[in-house]
Amino acid sequence: MGIVTNNLSFAYGKKQALNKVNLSLSTGFNVLLGPNGAGKSTLFSLLTGLTQSAQGTIHINKDDLSSNKSKIMSQMGVVFQQSTLDLDLSVKQNLLYYASLHGISPKKALINIDTILAQLSLTERLHDKIRTLNGGHRRRVEIARALIHQPKVLLLDEATVGLDVDSRLLIISYVRNLCAQRDICVLWTTHLMDEVEPSDQLIIINKGEIQAQDQSSKLCEQHKVDDIYQLYFALTHNTEAV
Amino acid sequence: MTLNQYYYCCLGIVKREIFRFFQQRSRLFSALVRPLLWLIVFAAGFRAALGVSIMEPYGTYITYQEYIIPGLCCMIVLFNGMQSSLSMVYDREMGSMKVLLMSPLSMPFLLCCKLIAIALLSLMQVYVFLLCAQFVDVDISFLGYLTAAPAVFIIAFFLGALGLLLSSLIKQLENFAGVMNFVIFPMFFLSSALYPLWKMQEASIWLYRICQYNPFTYCVELLRFALFGQLNSTAFSVVLSVTVITAVLALISFSPKFSQKR
Repeated sequence: MGIVTNNLSFAYGKKQALNKVNLSLSTGFNVLLGPNGAGKSTLFSLLTGLTQSAQGTIHINKDDLSSNKSKIMSQMGVVFQQSTLDLDLSVKQNLLYYASLHGISPKKALINIDTILAQLSLTERLHDKIRTLNGGHRRRVEIARALIHQPKVLLLDEATVGLDVDSRLLIISYVRNLCAQRDICVLWTTHLMDEVEPSDQLIIINKGEIQAQDQSSKLCEQHKVDDIYQLYFALTHNTEAV
Repeated sequence: MTLNQYYYCCLGIVKREIFRFFQQRSRLFSALVRPLLWLIVFAAGFRAALGVSIMEPYGTYITYQEYIIPGLCCMIVLFNGMQSSLSMVYDREMGSMKVLLMSPLSMPFLLCCKLIAIALLSLMQVYVFLLCAQFVDVDISFLGYLTAAPAVFIIAFFLGALGLLLSSLIKQLENFAGVMNFVIFPMFFLSSALYPLWKMQEASIWLYRICQYNPFTYCVELLRFALFGQLNSTAFSVVLSVTVITAVLALISFSPKFSQKR
C-alpha cells in the first residue's frame, strides 16, 4: 500500500523540473518538504495524473498509474494548492457534484457528507455558497470533498497556505487523526517546517531531486542536527534563509 | 465501473450545469432578451421591407417574424453552446477543471455528459422563447413543439461540441471573447437565419456560396422543417455528420496527451 515512483523525471521544455525521483511512501503521514520551485507541485501533478511523464513510473497501491488510472483515481483524494471549488454553488452542491464524478449516488454521498462535515465542524454551512465562506472553511470543504469517496491515498498540496494559525492547526490535526484512524497513505506537501513532527516520514526535495527520505527524527540523527530547520537548511543549502 | 455509476455521474454533471445556469440570472435574462429583441424590434421593422414568398416547408406566404423564428432559436442554442464552453475555460483558469480530470470515469464520457447538459439547457431556453413568441402572432402547432425537441437537441450537441473544441484551444478567457466574435456572428449572419438563401443568391453569389457551406445554415433548416413536423433529410445528414466530426475532435483535443503537447 502506498506510493512508489521509479526514476521519475519531468522537464518543462529544457528546464528539468524533476530528475530521477525515487520515492517509496507507505501508509501513514508523509511530508514532502521543499522550497518554492523545488518540484513539489510538479511531482504532485504527476502523481495525480494531471501531467504525464515520459520517463519513469508511478505505482499507487501497486497499480501502475499509466495503465490503471481509473482504478487509482477511485482510491485517491486530492486537495490542490489552488482552490478548485465552484464559488457559485453551495457546499452541498459542490460535494454532491464531486461524489457524482466518482459515480456515488446522492443518497450515499449525503450520508458520507453528513459524517465528514460534522467532523470538520461544517454542518451548519452545508447550504452556504462557497463564495460566502472564509479561506479556512473553504479549505475544510476541499478536504471534505477529497474524503467523500473514502480514498486510500490522500494527497494535499500546501493545504494550509494562506490560513491563520487556528485553521492550520485544525486542518493538520484533522488529517493526522484521520491517518491514525484509517489505514491510508497521506502525502502532505508543504514548505512550512513547523508542520513536520518527529514521527513523520519526511521527504526533502530541492531542485527536482530527492535530498533525503526517512523518519524525520532519524534524518536529524543521521545528519547530526537538532531540528527540522537545521536539517532543511543543511540539505537544501539554503544559506540565504540561514 | 457499473452502469449505475455512469448514470449518477451524468446526472451530477447535468445538475451542476443547471444549478450554475440558474445562479447566473443575467445569463438567463440575456438568453431570452436577445432573441426577443430581434423578434420584436428587428423583425417588426423588416416585416414591411422583406416579403418572404412561398417556400418549403411553409405552405403559404408567411410573415418575416415567422421566418426568423428557427434562426433565432438556433441563435439561442449557439449562444448557450458557446457560453457553456466559456465556462470550461473559466473552470480551467480557476482550477475546477482538475476536479473533472480526477474522475475515475473516462474523459470522453464526462465530456458527453457536459454536452448533454448543454443541450438540455438549450432546449429549455428555446421552449421558453417559443412560448414568448406566441405573443407576437407566431403560431406553432403542438406537433411542431414535439418534433422541434430532437432537432434542437442535436443542434445543441453540435454547437456545444464546437464550443468545447474552441475552449480546448484557448488558454485565456480574454482570447475566448475574440473568438466569440469571429465564430458566433459570422456563423449566424452567413446563414439562412435572417434571409432565405435565394435572397442571398440574388444579392451576391459568393455570399450565397459561403452560406451554403456554413453548417449553421443546415441547423436552421433542420429546425425550420422540424417546427412544421417535417424532416429535412439533407439538413439532418449534414448536421449529424458535423456533430460527429466536431464531437470527436473536441474529445481528442481534451485528451491529456494532446493538452500537454500544447
